[in-house]
Amino acid sequence: MSNTMTRRKVLRGTMNGAAVSLSLPFLDCFLNGKGSALAATNAPLPVVFGSWIQNLGINPGRWKPETLGSNYVSGPELQVLDPFKDRMNIYSGMNYYLDGKPLDTHDTSLEVATMGSIPSGADADPTIDNIIADVIGQRTRFRSLEVALNDSKKSWSRRKGGAVNPVEPSPAALYTRIFGDDFNDPNAADFKPDPKTMARRSVLSALTDERKDIMRRVGSADRERLDEYFTSLRQIERQLDIELSKPAPLDACSVPGAVQEATPGASVDSLATNNELFGALLAHAIACGQTRVFNVYFDTMTARKPGLVRDFHSLTHEEPLDPDLGYQPDTTWFVNFTMDVFARFVKRLDDYKEGDGSVLDRTLLLWQTDHGYARTHSLEDLPIFTLGGAGGRLKTGLHVAAVGDSTTRVGLTVQQIMGVPVNTWGRLSNETSRPFTEVIA
Amino acid sequence: MRPKHKMLSHLKYAGVLAAAISAVILTPVSGAEQSRTVINRITESQYANIIADVFGSDIDLGGRFEPGMRQDGLLAVGSSRVSVTASGMEQYDAMAHAIASTVVDDAHREMLVPCTPAAADKPDDACAETFFSGAGLLLYRRPLTASQLDAYVAAAHIGTEQAGDFYEGLSLSLAGMLSSPMFLFREQRTEPDPDRTGQLRLDAYSKAAQLSFFLWDSGPDAQLLEVAASGAIHTDEGLKRQVDRMLASPRLESGLRAFFSDNFRFSEFGTLIKDTIIFPKFDPAVAEQAREQTMRTVLDVVMKQNADYRDIFTTKRTFLTPELGSIYNVPVFKSGPNGSPDQWQPYEFSEEDPFTGILTQISFTALHSPAGRSSPTFRGKALREIMMCQEVPAPPGDVDFTLFESGKDLRNATARERLALHSAEPMCAGCHKITDPLGLALENFDGLGEFRTHDNGALIDASGQLNGSGFDGADDFADVVRDDPAITSCLVERMSSYAVGRSAKDDKKDWIKGLNADFAQTGFRIIGLMRAIALSDDLYTLSNAEISTAAAK
Repeated sequence: MSNTMTRRKVLRGTMNGAAVSLSLPFLDCFLNGKGSALAATNAPLPVVFGSWIQNLGINPGRWKPETLGSNYVSGPELQVLDPFKDRMNIYSGMNYYLDGKPLDTHDTSLEVATMGSIPSGADADPTIDNIIADVIGQRTRFRSLEVALNDSKKSWSRRKGGAVNPVEPSPAALYTRIFGDDFNDPNAADFKPDPKTMARRSVLSALTDERKDIMRRVGSADRERLDEYFTSLRQIERQLDIELSKPAPLDACSVPGAVQEATPGASVDSLATNNELFGALLAHAIACGQTRVFNVYFDTMTARKPGLVRDFHSLTHEEPLDPDLGYQPDTTWFVNFTMDVFARFVKRLDDYKEGDGSVLDRTLLLWQTDHGYARTHSLEDLPIFTLGGAGGRLKTGLHVAAVGDSTTRVGLTVQQIMGVPVNTWGRLSNETSRPFTEVIA
Repeated sequence: MRPKHKMLSHLKYAGVLAAAISAVILTPVSGAEQSRTVINRITESQYANIIADVFGSDIDLGGRFEPGMRQDGLLAVGSSRVSVTASGMEQYDAMAHAIASTVVDDAHREMLVPCTPAAADKPDDACAETFFSGAGLLLYRRPLTASQLDAYVAAAHIGTEQAGDFYEGLSLSLAGMLSSPMFLFREQRTEPDPDRTGQLRLDAYSKAAQLSFFLWDSGPDAQLLEVAASGAIHTDEGLKRQVDRMLASPRLESGLRAFFSDNFRFSEFGTLIKDTIIFPKFDPAVAEQAREQTMRTVLDVVMKQNADYRDIFTTKRTFLTPELGSIYNVPVFKSGPNGSPDQWQPYEFSEEDPFTGILTQISFTALHSPAGRSSPTFRGKALREIMMCQEVPAPPGDVDFTLFESGKDLRNATARERLALHSAEPMCAGCHKITDPLGLALENFDGLGEFRTHDNGALIDASGQLNGSGFDGADDFADVVRDDPAITSCLVERMSSYAVGRSAKDDKKDWIKGLNADFAQTGFRIIGLMRAIALSDDLYTLSNAEISTAAAK
């Protein structure tokens, strides 16, 4: 935290309404977790983590490559991701363990996927994106960004204790939030801290003690809730501090044009459109240093083709298997549609070039789903993927398997790659201390 | 500082009141050992109502609210569990600044800032103090302590110096007030109860807020604050007078709307989607109207007519717009009597019309159906959970769907045929027999709520039984539902929990038993129930169990 103090001291010394152009001393906010790279031209850029959650999975027998290791051949439902095979890993064979707790279908399993455990009341663990954001998200303007491809309002980004980071369903609103009035272009020629922002920051500081008064009166459970409130308040302070400091130039950063309001909804057209808009926005946001952690929730349960009575979820349960094909035809149409959506999102990250590489190269995007086979709500043999090069920290192009282990092995691997100092993750039967060392570079 | 003598805004009055309070009543020393507090986050409507009350209804909030959490059927109970996340805080902060800048802008400052600064570009601590003590009393629902007031005046001072404008500084500090936990959370602050040694009661201001949020879904008004300040709220007579005043006020409607909207899970309208090809008459405007239709129907029964609550299930009287008329297949004309432009018309269905009570209204049938069809299971589950407080277990994770693979493509069967398999199979029947028979009674209403006699070409059979009473069709069904004792006991449990802000069914069993008896005796009248709750000690005391739950973990 000593660097934060240094920045504050510098700012305090020059804040008095005078327009200042600050060139800040070298600060490690521009270093990655290992402290070895700089966010400047011709140097590796910070690693980014993305969590992609979608429901209803894909069909068993139609995704898993037959061989392990490199040079695998994708099953038909994964071929849409082949253009990114060199930066993709497949993790197969793993399960979600309930340890006797009831299965709230499509929900409990995702709790294991994202938290490594099944929450009970106020003792809920944070989701993996928040664990990672605690380590790498402290110095970007946004600790993390959460979006939803439809307007389902459900979020898989949760803080310790169960507080939910709400999702943004509107690309236009996200645009305003990131690139609206408070955006400081890192490549702008001169930088003047906004006097209004300075005043806001000062007023916020002046009121800190007054707000804490309530803590003296509440019990410990309420105190934990208020801790959450104060943590969120500190995030605002941090955002203001960042807005008051001159950002380091980022060559590849370009501000996108304003995004038109898209119709939120569960129709396949809306989902596809929003996916493209969010993909582009997030790529820009990452390239402009606005965040290093993002969440996408693709609620596929209600995905529908207008005019069809049944949505994707209903089809998974109600459509009979075609005896010749061996799978449910209409359901599989949706499976292919959702994987195509994901592939297009990945393409958006890859299309955004930064120097010799792309945003995708320094991203680790973790794809997870709720069931191994939606039709039976199976919790076995979950398909799990990572896309992206993670800035070279991940060995890619591999299919690894761990039959019978909990899916948390992947989550643990991802956390370690992102620099979280952990040796174990998960609880009860989902607890593991064995990352996939074969993919750690 | 030159005091203004223009229109005596209630803010100036509040400032005068605050000064009077601080002059006469010693703000009790809130030693941490003496004063125990339990907190609830204010809801979206409470936030909006308080701002409208204090600063006027033309203030645009300019932001989004974090979703609430539903617990034991109510967002009001879940508000005792939620906090504020980082993005939630961003939104609250944005709203606070939007509101505060509007309050001090040219169009509003004369009315809302009760004094004029000596110089517009320099701090004026005396004027700031007047403003904050008045606004703070109303926003925090209790007088600001000396240190709080000093902090806000000092913050406004700093802000003014940096911004070079008094009103700018004032608005920055006001924005701080609006994102303080004292504003965002309802504090149920307790003190030892002098009438019951060893027990804790809400202090006067918390009591006023408890009452006001329950009956009017907003913070206490100036009169209620005065009664709190003088301590009269702790007397039987003082409380009764305020309860009667508030029940007689038109503002009671806000309280009723907030309760029923929460209890009926109308928040689900926010995520309601219907297939636009299958149901072309549906759009977000229709959804909004459907919600309003049911609200007006309920208010008409429980408030305007002060009739038996259970009539909401059997009433033929409702309110429609032309768009809703097209879904209910009745003619509704745009202008009201005397050519008034009000789009809402009272409408009474005849005995032959199939629409009886709120369960046959779109807000129930469409809200609890998937996007492309009806669903007896969803509707039956909603009826059990919302109206009867009966839990329906979640489906088991290991449902074997191959059971339905008997070669029969089920797509064209009617709902009753499809669900027959659910009730034949023992693994499924346990839960489905709780939900399906009820929902099947409403199968004459499709996924949008429109009436139909046939489904996929087959005549719909809407017969069944509930707790031994048979019915055939929605009309009969409404009568059977109405007579179910769970309907009223659930309402009592929910309303008392709603008022308290936590689940009352475990800690306050005796109270609820008494309320149930009262409710029955007075013919199930909601206003009477609200009065009984508002005058109960249980609304204003925290049991040791509740305190320790909040203190535990």
